[in-house]
Amino acid sequence: MTTVVHTHDTTDSPFALSHLDSLESEAVHIFREVAGEFERPVILFSGGKDSIVMLHLALKAFAPAPIPFTLLHVDTGHNFPEVIEYRDRVVAQHGLRLHVASVQEYIDAGKLRERPDGTRNPLQTVPLTEAIQQHRFDAVFGGGRRDEEKARAKERVFSLRDEFSQWDPRRQRPELWQLYNGRHAPGEHVRVFPLSNWTELDVWQYIQREKIELPEIYFAHEREVFARSGMWLTAGEWGGPKESETVEKRLIRYRTVGDMSCTGAVDSDATTLDAVIAEIAASRLTERGATRADDKLSEAAMEDRKREGYF
Amino acid sequence: MSTSTEQLSDQLAATTLLRFATAGSVDDGKSTLVGRLLHDSKSVLADQLEAVEHASRSRGQEAPDLALLTDGLRAEREQGITIDVAYRYFATPRRRFILADTPGHVQYTRNMVTGASTAELAVVLVDARNGVVEQTRRHAAVAALLRVPHVVLAVNKMDLVEYQESVFAAIAEEFTTYASELGVPEITAIPISALAGDNVVEPSANMDWYGGPTVLEHLETVPVSHDLTACHARFPVQYVIRPQTAEHPDYRGYAGQIAAGAFRVGEEITVLPSGKKSTITAIDALGESVDIAWAPQSVTIRLADDIDISRGDLLAPSGDAPATSQDVEATVCHVADQPLAVGQRVLLKHTTRTVKAIVKDIPSRLTLDDLSQHPNPGQLVANDIGRVVVRTAEPLALDAYADSRRTGSFLLIDPADGTTLAAGMAGESFATAKAVAAVDEEEGWDF
Repeated sequence: MTTVVHTHDTTDSPFALSHLDSLESEAVHIFREVAGEFERPVILFSGGKDSIVMLHLALKAFAPAPIPFTLLHVDTGHNFPEVIEYRDRVVAQHGLRLHVASVQEYIDAGKLRERPDGTRNPLQTVPLTEAIQQHRFDAVFGGGRRDEEKARAKERVFSLRDEFSQWDPRRQRPELWQLYNGRHAPGEHVRVFPLSNWTELDVWQYIQREKIELPEIYFAHEREVFARSGMWLTAGEWGGPKESETVEKRLIRYRTVGDMSCTGAVDSDATTLDAVIAEIAASRLTERGATRADDKLSEAAMEDRKREGYF
Repeated sequence: MSTSTEQLSDQLAATTLLRFATAGSVDDGKSTLVGRLLHDSKSVLADQLEAVEHASRSRGQEAPDLALLTDGLRAEREQGITIDVAYRYFATPRRRFILADTPGHVQYTRNMVTGASTAELAVVLVDARNGVVEQTRRHAAVAALLRVPHVVLAVNKMDLVEYQESVFAAIAEEFTTYASELGVPEITAIPISALAGDNVVEPSANMDWYGGPTVLEHLETVPVSHDLTACHARFPVQYVIRPQTAEHPDYRGYAGQIAAGAFRVGEEITVLPSGKKSTITAIDALGESVDIAWAPQSVTIRLADDIDISRGDLLAPSGDAPATSQDVEATVCHVADQPLAVGQRVLLKHTTRTVKAIVKDIPSRLTLDDLSQHPNPGQLVANDIGRVVVRTAEPLALDAYADSRRTGSFLLIDPADGTTLAAGMAGESFATAKAVAAVDEEEGWDF
């Protein structure tokens, strides 16, 4: 039996990369693979922290040249105004092109119907898939992370979708080494997840290291909220509170940013990145468990939505 | 270790990353081991446990079924088996971990190959009552074939054999002998009970005779970085960056991830397959200008001469450039449902280069159970491992997989529908008839 020739303590190795450097290097590699192999890639950009980190990585991957991708935002019509303001500012700052697919327009045109529970998150799937077809995007970057949810833990970095954007977990391509296979038939596309191997804490530590600006709602602030299904939802014109629900002013922050109707806030006094990181590291709740109503709909809620074409 | 303050410092202190894979037969207790690792390292959060408890109760089970933590798909929960690779993440004060949780069932051998391809360590699980069985040999063979640097033999269910040292010693010896013959460089055997928690995270009070590390201790301390200066430096060009802006009118950089070894400013390089030479004038490491960069850093390299270089080319030090060839001999693991046959036209993806190719020959197929060779099978089907000879339309700068997992590996792709047909490992392996001795003579593995 041969033995390992070069054995040394991991922390002393001059060639050891920190875990953030490893993850960054891997994500950049994924962005460049897509740029090299696809005709019309697009980055899903919501103004949430994961898509903000994706954008930051893409900027680094192609510097000093601009990002060779456009952006796509699926706007539920119930977005936080701070996030929309942030989105438009970042797009202008980097000279990017942004497509917006609007759930509200689909509802107004009678192509989608409002759900009885008022949640608009599942309604994003149709505008998303139609935008992909309409613009003939062949690669769609999403900020999904495998640590978020058990169905996402099964997701590939390159995830082939059919012309209906459907995900079939039993027909996934094996993903070997760093050899990503992006071949697809016309009409099909590939969802690409550069942050697959990142955890929530990695994202926050990276934001801190890279000094990335975020929308203010990620930090503790006073806000008018009301309780629904064990979460604090922002009161507003989108449809809350109902008569039985009462509004109160609380010191809160958001761990995830999505549609106002299903994204819950957490009680928090974390006003700085250090405080946010300390709070997450100590939390006994997962990101989605704490703040996302749409994942509580059933045991396989995420899997079902992904099968339909959700990101 | 249970207070939130300690947990906080644990998670924030971890600096290096270990990627590892688990393998085990259906009833060896792999889910329990993974559940125990996640649970005892405080990586299962309250809402996840609550969801598992809720689901277990609604199925009429009395105790929470930890397998529900890892089986993420409807079909998996319904059938109680793991169908597909899942990736899990956890951290301790010393390290962060990415665990490729691979199914043990024989029909999903390709999934173990998937998990092992990026793993630096593989945990092979054995039931202490059954010892080394066919499936164990199959797992050892896959780990050896994929050249996973470290293999852990976890002899599980020691509680069911009265924690006897003799049972463990016999299994460890049989496995070590077998795996060493295949060329696995480092084997660590650990007696455990995943159910009772012996030697998984906490040392066992039931096995005083065992003086080695627990599974977690070993995962935390196994070396992840090799001495890259001893590796052949390789840089596949992914993308050419040319801003053509007023600020950067003449910038021309070759973007890519260093596949092996290190590159320095001032070094003379050769571009393959063209053979043209130039000198590195700058290395941009994601915004920072550096003098040296190494695998697996993603960087942008600039050269002294304006030569024709595009995606798919490979940069290597002029004194250490690989030969190029249009004839590839390799061991492949077939991963698709449709077969691979002699005469078939395929695409071959090697690093950033995809070329047309034709399967000239399939000299042998390997039976993993007993490592026997079957000559000229004509075709390979799902989960087969065999030798292939492929002729490519353009020359490739391919290393032996034994020298570099990154530049010695490739995919065979069906040009008709894009299906990944096979995972290829260039050069000799134990699947090459009479090549076992050659593997043993090597000094060590560099990648």
